[in-house]
Amino acid sequence: MGNGIIIYIEHLRGIVSDISFEILGAARKIADDAKMTLYAVVAGKKVDALLPGLGKADKVITIEDDSLEMPTPRAIADILNAVGSAKGISLYMIGGTNISSGIGVILSVKQKIPLINLCKNIRYDDGAIIATNQLFGGKILSEVKIEDSKGIFCINPGSFKSEPGKSGTFPQTETFEFKSKESKLKFIKIIEPDLSDVDISKEEILVSVGRGIGSQDNISLAEDLVAVLGGAVSASRPVIDQGWLPLNRQVGKSGMIVKPKLYLALGISGAPEHVEGMKDSSLIVAINKDPAAPIFNFAHYGLCAEIEDIVPVLTDCIRNKKG
Amino acid sequence: MNILVLLKMVPDVVEELKIGDDFKSLDRDWLRFILSESDEHALEQAIILKEKYGGTVTAVAPDAPELDDALYSALAKGADRAFKIIGEWDIYRSPGLAKVFSRFIEINNIMGEQTLILSGSQAIDDLEGEIVYYLAEFLGLPGCCVVTSVQYNPDSNCITLLKEFSGGLRGEFELSLPAVIGIQAAENPPRYIPIAKIRNIMKTQKIEEIEIPVEGIPNGLTIEKLFEPEVTDRAEILEGTPEEVARKLVEIFSDKGII
Ligand SMILES: Cc1cc2nc3c(=O)[nH]c(=O)nc-3n(C[C@H](O)[C@H](O)[C@H](O)COP(=O)(O)OP(=O)(O)OC[C@H]3O[C@@H](n4cnc5c(N)ncnc54)[C@H](O)[C@@H]3O)c2cc1C
Repeated sequence: MGNGIIIYIEHLRGIVSDISFEILGAARKIADDAKMTLYAVVAGKKVDALLPGLGKADKVITIEDDSLEMPTPRAIADILNAVGSAKGISLYMIGGTNISSGIGVILSVKQKIPLINLCKNIRYDDGAIIATNQLFGGKILSEVKIEDSKGIFCINPGSFKSEPGKSGTFPQTETFEFKSKESKLKFIKIIEPDLSDVDISKEEILVSVGRGIGSQDNISLAEDLVAVLGGAVSASRPVIDQGWLPLNRQVGKSGMIVKPKLYLALGISGAPEHVEGMKDSSLIVAINKDPAAPIFNFAHYGLCAEIEDIVPVLTDCIRNKKG
Repeated sequence: MNILVLLKMVPDVVEELKIGDDFKSLDRDWLRFILSESDEHALEQAIILKEKYGGTVTAVAPDAPELDDALYSALAKGADRAFKIIGEWDIYRSPGLAKVFSRFIEINNIMGEQTLILSGSQAIDDLEGEIVYYLAEFLGLPGCCVVTSVQYNPDSNCITLLKEFSGGLRGEFELSLPAVIGIQAAENPPRYIPIAKIRNIMKTQKIEEIEIPVEGIPNGLTIEKLFEPEVTDRAEILEGTPEEVARKLVEIFSDKGII
């Protein structure tokens, strides 16, 4: 096996992203199994506050520069490339998040090593690293094997628990000198979601509609149900993109992360980018007409049926029960 | 503005997906192909930009089943030209296809000061990552993905972008053209085009066919195997008439203290 693994610690607004701890935990196991050193790279304008808790890495490599306040993927790829070259390492793990999107591809072009995207699992087995990927909206998995420890693995958020990656000990650190090049992509500002009417991440019950709802008119089916059940209506991405519901109702990778007591998914297929946002809900119930829909792999209860046939009956039933 | 939209066909996941006898690829007899959803949005964003700021829209795609329909539909929506890159492309993924697109751009001498290259942010089969960033590297241009809004300022020749982060947060960025942008969602949902209009376009406009040399274009990573997710704790499926399952659900909700 190679000299080690390099993982990238993603952070936003002074907080280390959960995905970084997921990766720390998963990479720690691989490093132990393969007897490799685990390096974590932290780059930012100020990094000190990010370091406690990263003790699962054998060494944290820090890069501080004013230009790294909101770094471009190219700047981070340049850094990971330089660190890898200095340490003789070509094995990387990066979060498959919107913020980190692009880092893996650019690094793969620079290092001429493959990028393996959409990983939901990654393990060490007899000299090889084997990744499992979620393709086709989570309906099919693939397995890819890297035998020369040269590759970049992008990990889908929510694939691993974050606890095993967390540590109470302060890591060993090493500073790395790096001057980033001027970027043509200029960061202007962060825009907050408009939560003035509803914050779905605070609701205890969500009736969530997906493309299977069929039309804007049918959203009233979910609204009627919420009127008797309580909570709020949320949605998957296509419903928002169609303009059927406002942006603040979106659950998932780009939308809100929700953990209600009840998540009732109506006509949602359960693509990884959606599941990322709702998988920790206490009770998940899915209504979908496709028995092979991936949402049934995450739900506690499922109804294989048409929304239109079930939801009005369910609404009546709850109304009667509540009297 | 001179806008190039790179398109790709992908299997429609609404249909049943069957794994082929080699256990490494999908059984193509079962597949129905559609335009990748975010490419559909990239095309829409291109047409919106053309309507706002003028210029031309050129749509390009590697050949695939059902592609002609998608390209005629692009012309009907307002694309000025549509190119089909002929050949067999199923073994290529993002790094290879980005090379193909960069050769297309070179051969047709497309790059200019006001060139904006758009494509979908990520497709459902992008095992090797986003085409947009590969292409940006190959062409030495700035790139950005997961974009949901593009505004152009003709005076400065700059575009302003909104990129999605997580938790509903978005980032605003600015960059000067030429650039490569991965669209996640267009400003407006992709427009609907009546079949009659597409039929009409088929009579009046042509899809241009072009060949690209494939030497030196990398094949995709080798997949060891494809398989369906094995699930240990799949949902308990409730069965019965709508009234029966509704009653069961209400029982579950009250057991869990939800109602
Ligand atoms: C970078 C990136 C970020 C993303 N961010 C998000 C995000 O934040 N949130 C998000 O949701 N997605 C996100 N996506 C998109 C995601 O990949 C999926 O495309 C999306 O979640 C699919 O939404 P859906 O399940 O509603 O639609 P589909 O996948 O089309 O599923 C519709 C489902 O409805 C069922 N159905 C149809 N008709 C009926 C009926 N009458 N009754 C019952 N069932 C019916 C079908 O069987 C199907 O399973 C993102 C993708 C990318 C690449």
